[in-house]
Amino acid sequence: MLGLAKRKTAVSTGLSVPVLLLLLAGAIFLVIGSLSSSIFAQQTVAGLAQGAIFGSLALALVLIYRATEVINFAQGELAMATTYIAYQLTLWGVSYWLAFFLTLVIAFALGVVIQVVVIRPVQHSVIAVVIITVGLFILIDGLVTWKWGADLKFMPAPFGNAVYHAGSVAFSRQDLGTLIVTIFSVILLWLLFQFTKLGLAMRAAALRPAAASLVGVRVNRMLALGWGLAAVLGAVSGLMTEPTQFLQPTMMQAILLYAFAAAVLGGLESPAGAVIGGLFIGVFLNLIGQYIGFATPELRLPMAFAVLLLVLLVKPNGLFGRRQVRRV
Amino acid sequence: MKLVPIGVVVAVLVALPFLISGYHQGLATYVAIYFIAILGLNILTGYTGQISIGHGAFMAIGGYTTVLLSADQHWNLLATLPASLGISFVCGLIVGVPALRLSGVYLALATFALAVSVPQFPLKFSKFLGGSNGIHAAQTKSHLWLYVVGWSCSALAFAAAWLLLRGRIGRAFRAVRDSELAAVSSGVSLPIYKTLAFGVSAAFAGVAGSLLVLVTNGYAQPGEFGVLLSLEILIGAAVAGLGSLWGVIVGAVFIGLLPSVAPDVPLIGSAHGQDVVFGLIVVLIMLLLPNGFAGFLRRFEPRVKTTIKSDPKTS
Amino acid sequence: MAALLELEDVTARYGPVQALHGVSLAVDEGQIAAVLGANGAGKTTTLRAISGTVRRDGQLRFAGKRLGRAGPDGVARLGIAHVPEGRGTFAELTVWDNLRLGGYTRRGPLKDDFARIQTYFPWLEERRNQQAGTLSGGEQQMLALARAFMQRSRLMLLDEPSLGLAPLLVTEIFRIVKELNENEGLTVLVVEQNAHIALQLAQTAYVLEVGRVALAGPSAELQQHESVRRSYLGY
Repeated sequence: MLGLAKRKTAVSTGLSVPVLLLLLAGAIFLVIGSLSSSIFAQQTVAGLAQGAIFGSLALALVLIYRATEVINFAQGELAMATTYIAYQLTLWGVSYWLAFFLTLVIAFALGVVIQVVVIRPVQHSVIAVVIITVGLFILIDGLVTWKWGADLKFMPAPFGNAVYHAGSVAFSRQDLGTLIVTIFSVILLWLLFQFTKLGLAMRAAALRPAAASLVGVRVNRMLALGWGLAAVLGAVSGLMTEPTQFLQPTMMQAILLYAFAAAVLGGLESPAGAVIGGLFIGVFLNLIGQYIGFATPELRLPMAFAVLLLVLLVKPNGLFGRRQVRRV
Repeated sequence: MKLVPIGVVVAVLVALPFLISGYHQGLATYVAIYFIAILGLNILTGYTGQISIGHGAFMAIGGYTTVLLSADQHWNLLATLPASLGISFVCGLIVGVPALRLSGVYLALATFALAVSVPQFPLKFSKFLGGSNGIHAAQTKSHLWLYVVGWSCSALAFAAAWLLLRGRIGRAFRAVRDSELAAVSSGVSLPIYKTLAFGVSAAFAGVAGSLLVLVTNGYAQPGEFGVLLSLEILIGAAVAGLGSLWGVIVGAVFIGLLPSVAPDVPLIGSAHGQDVVFGLIVVLIMLLLPNGFAGFLRRFEPRVKTTIKSDPKTS
Repeated sequence: MAALLELEDVTARYGPVQALHGVSLAVDEGQIAAVLGANGAGKTTTLRAISGTVRRDGQLRFAGKRLGRAGPDGVARLGIAHVPEGRGTFAELTVWDNLRLGGYTRRGPLKDDFARIQTYFPWLEERRNQQAGTLSGGEQQMLALARAFMQRSRLMLLDEPSLGLAPLLVTEIFRIVKELNENEGLTVLVVEQNAHIALQLAQTAYVLEVGRVALAGPSAELQQHESVRRSYLGY
């Protein structure tokens, strides 16, 4: 029979029982640990805040990967550049939160323009697109350093410096604010994809572009929107990073690497996986750093990637990766 | 293989040191180093289809091998090169084994993890590896010495790659790239050839790393072997175009010379103009030549006439 | 009456390979027309030329409007639903999402159309949250028909609906296509390997050979035609 052999007819869902049990065990471990030790609780919350930043940048990577099967190396630098734009706006006297939202709009436009101008012409060649994003990485880095310089810059603190106490545990307002803002934007995005016609069309265009165009979806437009939304998520992660690292051109480079790890951990195809992967890496690094003396800051990156490699060797498509099943 | 272009390239390379200053000989040596590294990556990615963004890690291994042998064991610098080749080869084989389970983007990101992680180790184990200041080889060499050694190594590497790829092993590599299933069913062992490709590719990168250390006054520092180096090698390979040995020289010239030419560009000029121009040109080249220089060359090759009449997508 | 769809001397190519060498055909409103032919004759390409998923030249007119350079999404917006070979199902999405995508080009609620299509496929309601990829081949074909119906198109292009299905299911699918045509006024252009069943269904048929229309006419006449009987019907 013609054409039958090539057709993917069934796709298993990403979630498997062992993975779910593992997650549940992890969550229980964190809760019990937090109840029994205040330092543990503090480190967990700080780790979650860090992890939420990794997760939102990882989600941006996943959005683009699902649509174009390409890793966007420039995602972190784009986030960094948009944070500088917010900084410039505050310099001009715009209040922090107004600058925040203006920046998201600018980031969206920037993402769309990049897709249309430099990605779309070569989007059939994965290697060309990857190299272009590497080129953008270097280009954006150069532009920002040229315009604003490489020295540290400071923005007004978005959440103030207050610290809350719950019993003997201290939570910084900053950490909680970061957690809330990033999780909120992830949820908004999820609502968009799950419940709107536009979101459905974007998913269809990413999954099966040919079939999507046959039902009238303007596929190219959807892909450009995807880049725009990814840039918005990136901007959120950049803006939330700024209070802890301050502004400098290199601020997102390490975070991009953690986001890679988070995205791969979650399976690259799975938005939920990317967020969970990010949270996991954030908490993991904080707790390891607290309790294991050998794990000095130099080993943070290697450890994140050691975990990543371990997971990949056990599950080569990540924790939540879809396994494509062929039914003939 | 055409002898005329080879003759021309060799003649130019022999004549060059008599015509240019020491500084420019240094630049030309960088080109040789990138040439070897890109050649190595091309063997892996262009001929067996495994993508690596981690070749900077193998270069670091080679570089640190050379410096350690020179500083601690007082080896002759030339003698360290085969040692670094051997050690990187073994490291490549070791990395190649887990890589068997991964493919495509996952492999690319796993190797990228390597590129990120390896430069962290000198920082962690600063007693042996010198921390962020790095360690220093026992001797430094003149520009001319480096030029001669660098390009001799390049010539050897090119010859080795050519011999390897034209024979049985090369055929096996290409079979793996084109279809793993077909390769296996015609008796090609996937584990052997895929790990072998990783080993060979890493060995090339290791030698390039040794030379890179020597050309930077004998210093091995973590910063030299950062993520950017791996990305540069990848850019070079993409500019060269995959699966062609001839494009490699163009890729090497591109990443070897462009960053040092770029600061002279007017308007942006100064310190950061370099990155701006380099990034911009990378983007433009990939827009104009998505298949790299090799793809550009292929356009001029006489087309094999196809006489297919029927419709490939049958009704 | 002017035909709903008219093709005049349409050519198409895949890279260097020409697949259509000038196809002309017409489908009247309310009709079912079939395109028959051997493998490689250009049947699928004809449909792809209409929906703009292959580079094409020549005159294509739909409801009096020229299709010109319109791409697949533009053609879909004009009111042509193309159910491609392999059914174009979004296997990863739910049944309901597939139907929503069918109605993507339209405004307003989908409820009425969904209720209407359920009279043909009552099982859709209970399966609406199931992943489309887990449906059987026959169910996927039915889902594709339902999706095309949700598109509220005037013309449906149907590519090899019988492919890979058991004979009983094929009869069922063709019965429903017939019903959709009669009750809903849907015009259909169907490409089919199974000439026997296609000629029973269609009023008009075209036989393609090597990218050209070799024979055309009312189905009843073609069924009697000597060469059609020998080459495609096998008796």
